Amino acid sequence: MEKILQVKDLQVAFKTFGGEVQAVRGVTFDLLKGETLAIVGESGCGKSVTSQAIMGLIPSPPGKIAGGEIIFKNRDLTSLPEKEWRNVRGADISMIFQDPMTALNPTLTVGEQIIEGIIQHEKIARTQAKAKAIDMLNLVGIPVPESRMKQYPHQFSGGMRQRIMIAMALICQPEILIADEPTTALDVTIQAQILELFRDIQNRTGVSIVLITHDLGVVAQVADRIAVMYAGKIVETGTRREIFYNPQHPYTRGLLQSVPRLDREDAELIPIAGSPPDLFAPPTGCPFTARCESAMEVCSRVYPIETKLSEQHQVHCWLQDQRARKLAVPVITIS
Amino acid sequence: MELRKKQNSLITPDIPDEWFTPRAKDIEQAEKVTRPSLSYWKDAWYRLLKNKLAILGLFFLLFVVFMAIFGPLISQHGLDQKLQDQNLPPSTTYWFGTDGLGRDVFTRTWYGARVSLFVGVAAALIDFIVGVTYGGFSGYKGGKIDNFMMRIIEVLYGLPHLLVVILLMVVMGPGLATIIVALSVTGWIGMARIVRGQVLQIKNYEFVLASKTFGTKTGRIIRKNLLPNTMGPIIVQMTLTVPAAIFAEAFLSFLGLGIQPPFTSWGMMADEGLSSILTGYWWRLFFPAFFISVTMFAFNVLGDGLQDALDPKMRR
Amino acid sequence: MTSYILKRLGAMLVTLWLIVTLTFFLMHSVPGSPFNEERTTNEAIQKNLEAYFHLDEPLYVQYGIYMKSLVTFDFGPSIKRSSDSVNAMLERGFPISFELGFITLVTAIVSGLFLGIIAALRHNGFVDYLAMTIAVLGISIPNFVLATLLIQQLAVTYEIFPAATWQSPMHMVLPTLALATGPMAIIARLTRASMLEVLTQDYIRTAKAKGLSPVKIVFKHALRNAMLPVVTVLGTLAASILTGTFVIEKIFAIPGMGRYFVESISNRDYPVIMGTTVFYSAILIIMLFLVDIAYGLLDPRIKLHKKEGR
Repeated sequence: MEKILQVKDLQVAFKTFGGEVQAVRGVTFDLLKGETLAIVGESGCGKSVTSQAIMGLIPSPPGKIAGGEIIFKNRDLTSLPEKEWRNVRGADISMIFQDPMTALNPTLTVGEQIIEGIIQHEKIARTQAKAKAIDMLNLVGIPVPESRMKQYPHQFSGGMRQRIMIAMALICQPEILIADEPTTALDVTIQAQILELFRDIQNRTGVSIVLITHDLGVVAQVADRIAVMYAGKIVETGTRREIFYNPQHPYTRGLLQSVPRLDREDAELIPIAGSPPDLFAPPTGCPFTARCESAMEVCSRVYPIETKLSEQHQVHCWLQDQRARKLAVPVITIS
Repeated sequence: MELRKKQNSLITPDIPDEWFTPRAKDIEQAEKVTRPSLSYWKDAWYRLLKNKLAILGLFFLLFVVFMAIFGPLISQHGLDQKLQDQNLPPSTTYWFGTDGLGRDVFTRTWYGARVSLFVGVAAALIDFIVGVTYGGFSGYKGGKIDNFMMRIIEVLYGLPHLLVVILLMVVMGPGLATIIVALSVTGWIGMARIVRGQVLQIKNYEFVLASKTFGTKTGRIIRKNLLPNTMGPIIVQMTLTVPAAIFAEAFLSFLGLGIQPPFTSWGMMADEGLSSILTGYWWRLFFPAFFISVTMFAFNVLGDGLQDALDPKMRR
Repeated sequence: MTSYILKRLGAMLVTLWLIVTLTFFLMHSVPGSPFNEERTTNEAIQKNLEAYFHLDEPLYVQYGIYMKSLVTFDFGPSIKRSSDSVNAMLERGFPISFELGFITLVTAIVSGLFLGIIAALRHNGFVDYLAMTIAVLGISIPNFVLATLLIQQLAVTYEIFPAATWQSPMHMVLPTLALATGPMAIIARLTRASMLEVLTQDYIRTAKAKGLSPVKIVFKHALRNAMLPVVTVLGTLAASILTGTFVIEKIFAIPGMGRYFVESISNRDYPVIMGTTVFYSAILIIMLFLVDIAYGLLDPRIKLHKKEGR
């Protein structure tokens, strides 16, 4: 399938009081046309920063894209002048944020906030833009959109606001939609509705979605492929099936075991002990070494090379080395 | 170390075999925090020290306080008039020159500093006591009492501050005590609003609720939880009240409502020196005006510095 | 919204009543009553006072009469000028003071917003430090010091602007500059702080994500929200400009209301002090009220919030 976006060895760093934080340390992945790619990881692993880097929204200073490429339509976005990147933003690639309560401007009407995006990118009359906005609000399931257009964000519930955010992001018919924890701030019932909406919209428009989340439940519902991030690196990628049923990285396994499951009574909830390394001084080897049940000497010294397990499934872990196989490795099975 | 990438081959020959041995899990390593942790006040202090302008302001204020105390003692002249020495420019005898009555401007500047600083600090202290009591009580009690007390504030807040002060000064007659009283009558309102807002916000924080559920006594909650957390904005407000009071005193003196001779203040000296722009006796205006301005500047930059240093949001 | 306006209106009237009452009783509590015969030198004046205050009546009757005359905008006679009344002084002086105050307020708002915005946009850059240095200096230097400095430099030494009175636009430059610098500095600092805060908000990131230009983001999304705290201080600033006119009019010999007021203070012309105080207080209290209403219009959340609050 066609690769619509390629991220190659992306590095993002932030200058802070105490030194430089390397938030993203060489992330590589592709996004295929019409698929949903989930980037999963615990907070601070760099998944949000990655998504903001694709949008060119890294606040600079203190942040900067320190290296790598983001290739979209044969162009490296990172080398584009800001003005041209702005033409891509919101038109070809758009984004939805975590908290719909704060992501909308409280002093502008909802209609105005939807319309301004399309007016920015297309030569279109205001009345036409309005009509389009109303259509879009209909699509995302806002009842009586004509009158709702004139209202302010505080007059909507959280779920409704997130629908408005989605309408806002889709108004220019982008090819890529980046959703950064789109359901985290919502009630569980609303979460399901929003996820349903994502699937519906993807079926209708064929938009590719990058879903940033820490919630494996959400991932299981909508993702085609999954990339697992840890301490600024992608440690394992694969199809949903491969990640859920054949996880290879100890961190991926740990994540899966720490999710409560209702369908299996015997399933024990096992948290991953410890916390991620401080990215002020990232470890030279595998960053998960200190928390890893199967850590070896090599892990703390050299970052593992990529192992390709299938067309889609890749993992960075020394356990894949034949020499490690000889050791008695605690086997964790997830069926 | 440059690694040769060999897809599909799971052996990397340039890494020695003996490294593939199990390694103990090291949670402590993972939990290691590379940044030193500091207490709130220590951290604030370090951040204040980094603000050069604020520290400069602090040193200047210390200098002014020192001179207000010892300046008149260092001076070779008293407050007496020497009519033969009228309007002399600064010299080795009269460091800041003399005024129209032959009084030493240097001596008067530091006597004036005493009054100006005293007015500022006294007004700030009264504002602090009344404002913290009123605001703290209102915010802590909440509900109807708070509502009622805030209505009063709302009405008082609408009063034009300086007009009320002028009115009071006209009625009570000029003088040091009346200035302080007049400034305090409306001055505490700002402090009360700040304290109430802080208390209202903080009393709903989980850590206060937590101590409440443990049955901690009200007094202890106020002392241990509320006060330390409201201290930041209060200190900032106080550093900004002092220059405001000094300015108000200068303003009143300028309108002829200030303190009375033989006492003096910077505001009064500036008022007396005003004519000197036309006569050329610049030193009579320059020194009081200079010290008012620089003192206000010092308080303002120190207040700004404290605001940044004490703001918990600024911690990184 | 209506209930909000009504509530504010109520508070405003109470404040107004409070200041009138306070003024009346404070003036009558001056030792040896300011309205006694010994204080006045002129029979005509004494008659004016009698007619206005009904000094032979008990205090509460006088209070009632005073309140009644205030409602009809009659502020009474002057003690020192037999043929003059407070109303006449206001008619002569206030237009000039209003002109000075208004020009000053507009200057302060425009230049303050400008300085604050560019400082925020160039956060921690040279422009930021420069703008904030100007702002801190502006707050630190009392307006009477600035005024004399300006006269000394620009009027006496270089003779660019006239030093006193209020006739042509050239005459207005120095007094306006002296009076506007303080409020400008306050607005600049507030705008900067609030801009910096607003620029970190999520909805600014959303606006960026739409591909809007920086100009649009600043003026359409950020400034509107950043203006809110600035609007709240406008009432207080108007008050400080108003009291500032007392000093500035004295220094620049401008024949405005402020000069009459300062004169009345040094003459102990109590009815003039009373009348002016009440008049000025009314203006300021109405200003505060208008600022509140403006705030309600600027921030759509206010309406709902107030409704929920009841």
